[in-house]
Amino acid sequence: MSAVDVRLDGWGWRHAGRSSWATSGVSLRIEPGERVLLLGASGAGKTTLLHALAGVLGSSDEGEEAGSLTVGGERPRPGTCGLVMQDPDAQTILARVGDDVAFGLENLAVPRDEIWPRVRAALAEVGLEVPLDHSTERLSGGQRQRLALAGALAMRPGLLLLDEPTANLDPAGVDEVRDAVARRVADRGTTLVVVEHRIATWLPLVDRVVVLTAGGGVAADGSPDQVFERHGAEVAAMGAWVPGIGHGLLPRQRPEWAGAVLSARDLTIGYEADRPVRVVPAFDVPQGLSTTLTGANGSGKTTLALTLAGLLPALSGRVTASSAIAPGGRTDPGRWRSKELLTRVGTVFQDPEHQFVAATVSDELAIGVRALRRPASEITARVLELLEQLHLDRLARANPFTLSGGEKRRLSVGTVLATRPAVMVLDEPTFGQDRLTWVDLVRLVTAQLETGTTVVSVTHDRDYLDLLGENHFHLEAAS
Amino acid sequence: MSVPNPAPHTLLDRVNPVTRIAAAVVVSLPLLLTLDWVSGATMVAVVLVAALALGFGVTFVARRVWPVLALAPLAGLNMALYGKPGGAVHLDWFLVHVTDNSLRLAIAVVLRVLALGLPAILLFTGIDPTDLADGLAQVWRLPARFVLGALAGFRLVSRFVDDWRSLASARRARGLGDTGAVRRWATMAFAMLVIAIRRGSKLATAMEARGFGTADRTWARTSTVGRADLVLILSSVAAVSAALAAAVVTGTFWAVWS
Amino acid sequence: MPIVGIDPCPDLQGDRHMATQSRTARTHGWRVVDIVVAAVLGVAIGIIFVGWNFVGGAGYEAFNALTPGLGGLAVGIWLLGGVVGGLVIRKPGAAVAVELIAALVSAAVGNQWGITTLYSGLAQGLGAELVFLALAYRRWSLLPAALAGAGAAVVEWVVELLLFGNLAKSAAFNVIYLVTMIISGAVLAGGVGWALTKALAASGALSRFGSGREARTDV
Repeated sequence: MSAVDVRLDGWGWRHAGRSSWATSGVSLRIEPGERVLLLGASGAGKTTLLHALAGVLGSSDEGEEAGSLTVGGERPRPGTCGLVMQDPDAQTILARVGDDVAFGLENLAVPRDEIWPRVRAALAEVGLEVPLDHSTERLSGGQRQRLALAGALAMRPGLLLLDEPTANLDPAGVDEVRDAVARRVADRGTTLVVVEHRIATWLPLVDRVVVLTAGGGVAADGSPDQVFERHGAEVAAMGAWVPGIGHGLLPRQRPEWAGAVLSARDLTIGYEADRPVRVVPAFDVPQGLSTTLTGANGSGKTTLALTLAGLLPALSGRVTASSAIAPGGRTDPGRWRSKELLTRVGTVFQDPEHQFVAATVSDELAIGVRALRRPASEITARVLELLEQLHLDRLARANPFTLSGGEKRRLSVGTVLATRPAVMVLDEPTFGQDRLTWVDLVRLVTAQLETGTTVVSVTHDRDYLDLLGENHFHLEAAS
Repeated sequence: MSVPNPAPHTLLDRVNPVTRIAAAVVVSLPLLLTLDWVSGATMVAVVLVAALALGFGVTFVARRVWPVLALAPLAGLNMALYGKPGGAVHLDWFLVHVTDNSLRLAIAVVLRVLALGLPAILLFTGIDPTDLADGLAQVWRLPARFVLGALAGFRLVSRFVDDWRSLASARRARGLGDTGAVRRWATMAFAMLVIAIRRGSKLATAMEARGFGTADRTWARTSTVGRADLVLILSSVAAVSAALAAAVVTGTFWAVWS
Repeated sequence: MPIVGIDPCPDLQGDRHMATQSRTARTHGWRVVDIVVAAVLGVAIGIIFVGWNFVGGAGYEAFNALTPGLGGLAVGIWLLGGVVGGLVIRKPGAAVAVELIAALVSAAVGNQWGITTLYSGLAQGLGAELVFLALAYRRWSLLPAALAGAGAAVVEWVVELLLFGNLAKSAAFNVIYLVTMIISGAVLAGGVGWALTKALAASGALSRFGSGREARTDV
């Protein structure tokens, strides 16, 4: 299939049951073979637009449409565009790599003898060198995204749509995906629309930038230079990382070494006794500093963080807490009671949803404090304080699962802050976050550091490391 | 789905998964007509012999069979206490009537529970979900939309070991790990359900974006039935016929509706 | 469902509406998301069944063994699939589909009832389905949920006359068993199922379903 054009004329969509339009009055023309970067604040309807182009927005009982939208001169039909979305876990359809890529071809009724050659070609194109019967469960996030891309590319779409495809990937994964896409669009045989807030990744590839406003239409449209020159600050304010407009934060004055608050010696970590992840001979978490842990996938950074936080028992060796925080002389966090952890070591998980237990944001923040048996007035006061600090006041009664990505992240940090732990462990805190949430988070963490809290962060975020890598520990790949 | 004790490789691997289901149905339905000990015992014997012949090891069978073995007597106990009275009375108290007839029925029920439970254990282990889906859609010609959609949903939930661990750690971290295990598990189960449904909705979009569900499709993998399938079905018919015949011949056949 | 709203391009709207309608009619209104989520629900509830098999199964058997039919009180959990399937998905066949898938999972993991789990699952799903059908697939509140749970219980009771040989047990047993099953179905399946659906809707997970949209309050 060759590249197709895209035409929108006063197009808008309102999801069923909502009072406001996700987008309205969008008018846009994309020529065949063009490469467009689509930007806008969260909630500006970018995903809605991509889903509409892919023909998967839903039927008439899922929402209402205004204006016209055509792809290649026709109403979009599902299966004619390639769509890659943000969540690697929610795009893997079948259990074996080859079958997953073949899925789209089966749906397009491609004859069987043509399917497998195209599957192999697509996998080679994205650089996924694994056997066809390799299990899709055991792929890394970056590999899964490349698998999704292969599945889309095998269908030879005239229009390729990417919805924050690299948001949840580490830097190596990001480059792999971007390079694979670059190879496909090099001959201008495919039109490309990318939604992404990490602009620098895609800038070398795109020739046009379109900015959408929340609930409205196109705010800016032109070449990258044009748009960023005139609207750079606006776009940065919407949450995108505009090249040349940084976060404006400076690293703090690093305090002196004041002893270790957590130490590990001859530690073997892992989830199961017969499959240790790695051995850590010696590791100290200095009191009052920000420690950062980096390493490749599978190097055991998260496992180490969880073991230090007392959430995962060590397979051998021990973690020792300093007397400043050890309750009654018991120095192994793995042996502390759950309530004892609340005021000593708090952990923010990679996926905020794993932490939610309550039905409203306020209750969620109150849980830890309640578990400490504080009086009701203190609980209420603390919750209000946190809501304000996290900019979540107007969401106090909302269900945690209904929050946006950035709001969920702030809430998960808030639940840990509620009980004022001496040590805070964060697992990939800036994963998939846009610039606004990123700045909020870094400010929160810095504020904690200023009060003397010790912070341990597992991360691969280079900007985060620059600001908060006061004590940096890199884990080489485990043997 | 990773199973802690993976199924052994047996001769049944050559059989299409849908045939295995058909065999399980064939072997169970006729047994429901009668409530006697001979048909149950014959079936149990045949199944155990077949299990060893097909290549299921003794330890595997023993491990999978013991839950059924453990609970079968309880089913019999209920029948002994409340079964239709007849013959000599051994115990008579309130609604409980233990009689010759009820004891006879009790023994029959125990053997029937075993006869119905064992084949399923053997026939259902080691079925690959994707192969089963292919069989259902290509051999039994069930609508591909439903079969593959269900397969995708099934796979989503079976990936949850890691998520479950994370959910448990998170609760320990939040001060909820000490007490209230039941309540904790309930919140964990709920969170998993929410996450699963969310992922399922996104997966459905991904599937539709790849053209799923609209028109006719081709198949990258073939699912066929051959001699091994015929053999399994015929053997199943023979086995259940033998069981029923044995009951008729020994005069113990007792129709459930009598 | 008719659309009410601004319609600047009536022809386009009409064509698309027609095309959607015919496609919807052919597939009985089941979208891909309905199918996938039905499977997700089915498997999740199947896992609950497996857990309940151990807790409730042994207890049920022991309790049932000794008492004349009071074991029926524990049966409700096994009827959850049909009720939740219907309440969440709200399409014909949803109750049967979810309950059957749950039964499949329970049987596949291995339980004391073997293949008869599937027969029970089919029957239980059908029982709930018939109630929803009788209500024209339009009533989804607590009372319909309780009725569906009770319906599932009744059909299962009938099937068990054959399956567990209950026909050969005393009339007193069977009557008590029926009554306890109906109560359990209405409360444990209907009540719990309804509460679960409400909680799921509140979490926003059901935003693509009618059951989710009517429960959401925009904050």
